[in-house]
Amino acid sequence: MSILAPVAALGRLVLSSLAMLGRMAIFAGETLSHLVRPPFYPKEFLAALMQIGWFSLPVVGMTALFTGGALALQIYAGGARFSAEAVVPSIVAIGMVRELGPVLGGLMVAARVASSIAAEIGTMKVTEQIDALTTLSTNPMKYLTVPRVLAATLAVPVLVAVGDSIGIFGGYLVGVNRLGFNPATYLKNTREFLEVWDIVSGLWKGAAFGFIVALMGCYYGMNSGRGAQGVGRATKAAVVAASVLILATNYILTEVFFSA
Amino acid sequence: MIELQDVHKAFGKNRVLRGVNLIVPSGESMVIIGGSGTGKSVLLKCILGLVHPDSGTILLDGEDVEKAARDAFLARFGMLFQGGALFDSLPVWQNVAFRLLRGSLKRPKDEAREIAIEKLRRVGLKPDVADLFPAELSGGMQKRVGLARAIAADPEVIFFDEPTTGLDPIMAGVINELIREIVTEMGATAMTITHDMSSVRAIADRVAMLHDGVIQWTGPIAEMETTPDPYVQQFTHGRAEGPIAAVR
Repeated sequence: MSILAPVAALGRLVLSSLAMLGRMAIFAGETLSHLVRPPFYPKEFLAALMQIGWFSLPVVGMTALFTGGALALQIYAGGARFSAEAVVPSIVAIGMVRELGPVLGGLMVAARVASSIAAEIGTMKVTEQIDALTTLSTNPMKYLTVPRVLAATLAVPVLVAVGDSIGIFGGYLVGVNRLGFNPATYLKNTREFLEVWDIVSGLWKGAAFGFIVALMGCYYGMNSGRGAQGVGRATKAAVVAASVLILATNYILTEVFFSA
Repeated sequence: MIELQDVHKAFGKNRVLRGVNLIVPSGESMVIIGGSGTGKSVLLKCILGLVHPDSGTILLDGEDVEKAARDAFLARFGMLFQGGALFDSLPVWQNVAFRLLRGSLKRPKDEAREIAIEKLRRVGLKPDVADLFPAELSGGMQKRVGLARAIAADPEVIFFDEPTTGLDPIMAGVINELIREIVTEMGATAMTITHDMSSVRAIADRVAMLHDGVIQWTGPIAEMETTPDPYVQQFTHGRAEGPIAAVR
């Protein structure tokens, strides 16, 4: 084996990763270009909106509720070290709407939606349904990808808003019932220290995460390999890619929104 | 008329089509035979533009299919896929009327449903099948629905990809008869790929044998049994010995 073999392997890995990023960027560009050109498929959009938005509410709501409660306990315990227990309501609210609401909501939707989109479209590809669409004069990008990406981009900010509210409510429940906060004071502190931009920035993050989730689901579904194993790999890759991209995008957006 | 001139297609190092030349006259039923993995499906997909050939020309009535307006071109075709390729999320009638519910051939919903039920009746299915979902149908019924979808918009050209694969001999015979009847009554140009010899004998006006990426033999169905071509003889009689390697 040549001593350059490890370098060659590393080079191949870098090249294939860059090629994949390029393919994803082209796929995203094609999706955006189809987004503004007819024909449109409103029925498919509404069905995707129900699947991605409405049916994700329970999982996002439960995640937010328990996260808000745990956050209140953590901040109370940490704040007690320097007599700052009173910051619990404001930190829970800011933490939920700026970070935890969008990120955890995005990750839960990635687990639920990116996997289901990739599996559905991957199975359609394996069973030649994508080819059938084309022969029936229907562009698969327009019929399958655009409605899902648009629905996720619009639905996830709404899910984030609902998740933020439930998360803050979870903090309130723990703060009042477990940590002994006065209910009126807790709500007053939550309102006073929360700014509109805190909420709006979180919703923008939600929109970006929704776009990423649906795009990854569609990309890996459309590029699924053959058979059950191919669809399984596509599903796994879609969830992993969506999750990593959500976390990376979250950092970039936080830098953009909040760096001094 | 469909005309293929020196069509090549490779996937990586695997050269699937190595210069296919073939003419399918209008109104005739051409059946392409050949072993598994010889590129029969790739050939059909090249004609439909689902796969782009590396070189060569494919003409439909003298027009290069690569340069044709896509929607108008595809509106002339119907295709029955090997596994049916029915859309799981849609009921049977919407599968059949898919093309009639959207795009340039769009009709009012009631009219599209009526046409779908008529086409289902044509392939021997009762109207109450219309509201079922594909997962509720047997393999044979799915093939019939696929056939109904292929003919729903009265296409000029119909492709059949392994129409009897996975069916019992009786259902295979029913599908073969249906294909023959429909192609004759519609006057459509048909192209079928199969390795089922009973299908070949039931459906074909002409036969072409694809092997090693080229058309090894082509001729009328009547000549298929008598031709001395060793490839055709080995294939039609299912012999392990001959120019076609048993292990590919």
